[in-house]
Amino acid sequence: MDNNQLVDQYFRKDRLPHIWCPGCGHGVIMHSIVKAIAELGWDKNDVVVVSGIGCSSRAPGYMDFNTLHTTHGRALAFATGVKLAKPHLKVIVISGDGDASAIGGNHLIHASRRNIDITTIVFNNNTYGMTGGQYSPTTPTNEFGTTAPHGNIDAPFDIANLAGAAGATYTARTTAFHMNQMTTIIKNALEHKGFSLVEAISVCPTYYGRKNKKGDAPQMMKWLKDTFIDIKVADKLPEEKRVGKLLMGEFKNVQKPEYTEEYHKIVDRLSGVK
Amino acid sequence: MSSRKIKLMQGNEACVEGALYAGMKFYAGYPITPSTEIAEISAQKLPYVGGKFIQMEDEIAGIATAIGGSIAGLKSMTATSGPGFSLKQENIGYAAIAEVPLVIVNVQRGGPSTGLPTAPAQGDVMQAMWGTHGDHPVIAICPSSVKETFYETVRAFNLAEKYRMPVILLTDEVVGHMRESIEIPEPGEIEIYDRLRPETDDQNYLPYGVNDGEIVGRMAGFGEGHRYHITGLFHDETGFPSNSTKNAGVMLDHLMSKISNNTDEIITFEEYLLEDAETVVLSYGSTARSARSAVNKLRAAGHKVGMFRPITIWPFPEKQVVELSKRVKNIVVAEMNLGQLVLEVQRVVEGRTKVHHIGKANGEVVTPIDIIKKVEEVL
Ligand SMILES: Cc1ncc(C[n+]2csc(CCOP(=O)(O)OP(=O)(O)O)c2C)c(N)n1
Ligand code: SF4
Repeated sequence: MDNNQLVDQYFRKDRLPHIWCPGCGHGVIMHSIVKAIAELGWDKNDVVVVSGIGCSSRAPGYMDFNTLHTTHGRALAFATGVKLAKPHLKVIVISGDGDASAIGGNHLIHASRRNIDITTIVFNNNTYGMTGGQYSPTTPTNEFGTTAPHGNIDAPFDIANLAGAAGATYTARTTAFHMNQMTTIIKNALEHKGFSLVEAISVCPTYYGRKNKKGDAPQMMKWLKDTFIDIKVADKLPEEKRVGKLLMGEFKNVQKPEYTEEYHKIVDRLSGVK
Repeated sequence: MSSRKIKLMQGNEACVEGALYAGMKFYAGYPITPSTEIAEISAQKLPYVGGKFIQMEDEIAGIATAIGGSIAGLKSMTATSGPGFSLKQENIGYAAIAEVPLVIVNVQRGGPSTGLPTAPAQGDVMQAMWGTHGDHPVIAICPSSVKETFYETVRAFNLAEKYRMPVILLTDEVVGHMRESIEIPEPGEIEIYDRLRPETDDQNYLPYGVNDGEIVGRMAGFGEGHRYHITGLFHDETGFPSNSTKNAGVMLDHLMSKISNNTDEIITFEEYLLEDAETVVLSYGSTARSARSAVNKLRAAGHKVGMFRPITIWPFPEKQVVELSKRVKNIVVAEMNLGQLVLEVQRVVEGRTKVHHIGKANGEVVTPIDIIKKVEEVL
């Protein structure tokens, strides 16, 4: 399916153009999500896309599915309600790094622990875009944000591994530069039964890039290209070639009992019984 | 003789029974005394009727998940007490602006903060009205007995579905934990209202477009063939965000007037010995039980005293209290707080008659003797 067909079939054209800044990485990730859904051939009526609040969280408004734009940090809790109520629905959560791991951190670890069949895509731009570039839980130590004018002294979260440690059964990281890999990874995450999380590294040239002298959008994209290496490749590289590199790829992919199925076993056992 | 089952039960149990009678199929929440039995009994019973229960990680998640359940088409409820109710506020506002039907039970306890966990209070009256930010309609209902908790929970669901909004059942520790016998009505005895849904083949479906003769837009469940957008931002009939102040005005007017145009249907109250009353005790929830007993004793002593009991406290029974204020000498507001509903009574009465207050917030109930003393003072 070419891009025009994709837009025709899966986007709400009357809602475009989007609000994102020129050079923002969020559009690339949204595109990958839709492409993955198109490749899976899912019925649009069965797809629910839920977001919290932030630049990233505006994505559902552009996508032609059942879409729900909730409160800051709470998307996973809303999504849990939708999924548990109607387990046949394919529920996808779109979240920013702040949305997912600061205000929504509690929901993130518990959704992971429950292993409920929801796919979360975290648009990680290492900053709070919508509120103007404050430091976020993924801003590296010593970098800058409008609320870290003297350098950030917090240690950052590794969101993909945080979710994995909390019980998510599929975790991966990919970047806005690696579009083909991103689409494949998102497809795998969508097909995975259980809680899956994809940390999609985005770029925010407007705030994060400017504050941290990362250059314009193309330079930030080049940085993604040069810095991220696939975990499988990294495993084979000698130590010195891994210095300064960051990992992407599939980190965890295991099968465990899924929450809504386990609940339905109880319902099946009890319904009809008085 | 009625074949109906007579049962001895707690207020909190009656709440779950009422919810199930009304068609509750989804419960999400976080335990907190004195509301916990509502979660426990829901967890026990929901799977038998094909419903879902989930204990979430906190109260914010509890209400968010319940809203999600409702959006997917199931009648949903969450229950909590004081501190948990505070945590739910942002998402109560969400359900109000996104017009999602939902029942929120708050079995009030002593506060502020962790306060007096096991002691009764009626300290969340103003929080129920003004707790979340911005302007939005509120329906809050205060039952006084186990039986009323059952019926009012059913009504709370009906109102939530009819007006597409969160409805608060504001009980208190005494009502939640006391045991009384109650006859459970047979299915069909009480009318159950289900939200209006669009026709499945409606190609021009507008989730917030109100058809002629209807009060709110028809609500499709997610996954039922109508793909639409729900947001907590101001939105137009399509559900998509709109920044226009004109649209915001239209939308707010719709939100507020769906309630203000129907107050006669929504507002319920009880009048007790009011015909010749010169002094009225205005009380609600469990405190109204003390008020009734006080009124009986004062009557026996020859005083013209009656009781007015709002059952729906928001919207406030303004018309009825204005009417009262024109013919009585004193209104004594009795409540388990240091002065909340009394503010509303004073506002409505506009100085037409004297308004007195008797309140306690130390974890003790307001007793009939407290009320008798106060009434004798003002007589
Ligand atoms: C309860 C609450 N607190 C704070 C905010 C303000 N706020 C909106 S978006 C945001 C951060 C967004 O950052 P992130 O989640 O990383 O997404 P991005 O905008 O970078 O895509 C904040 C703090 C809010 N809307 N609600
Ligand atoms: S502020 Fe940053 S994250 Fe937000 S749209 Fe602009 S570039 Fe994207």
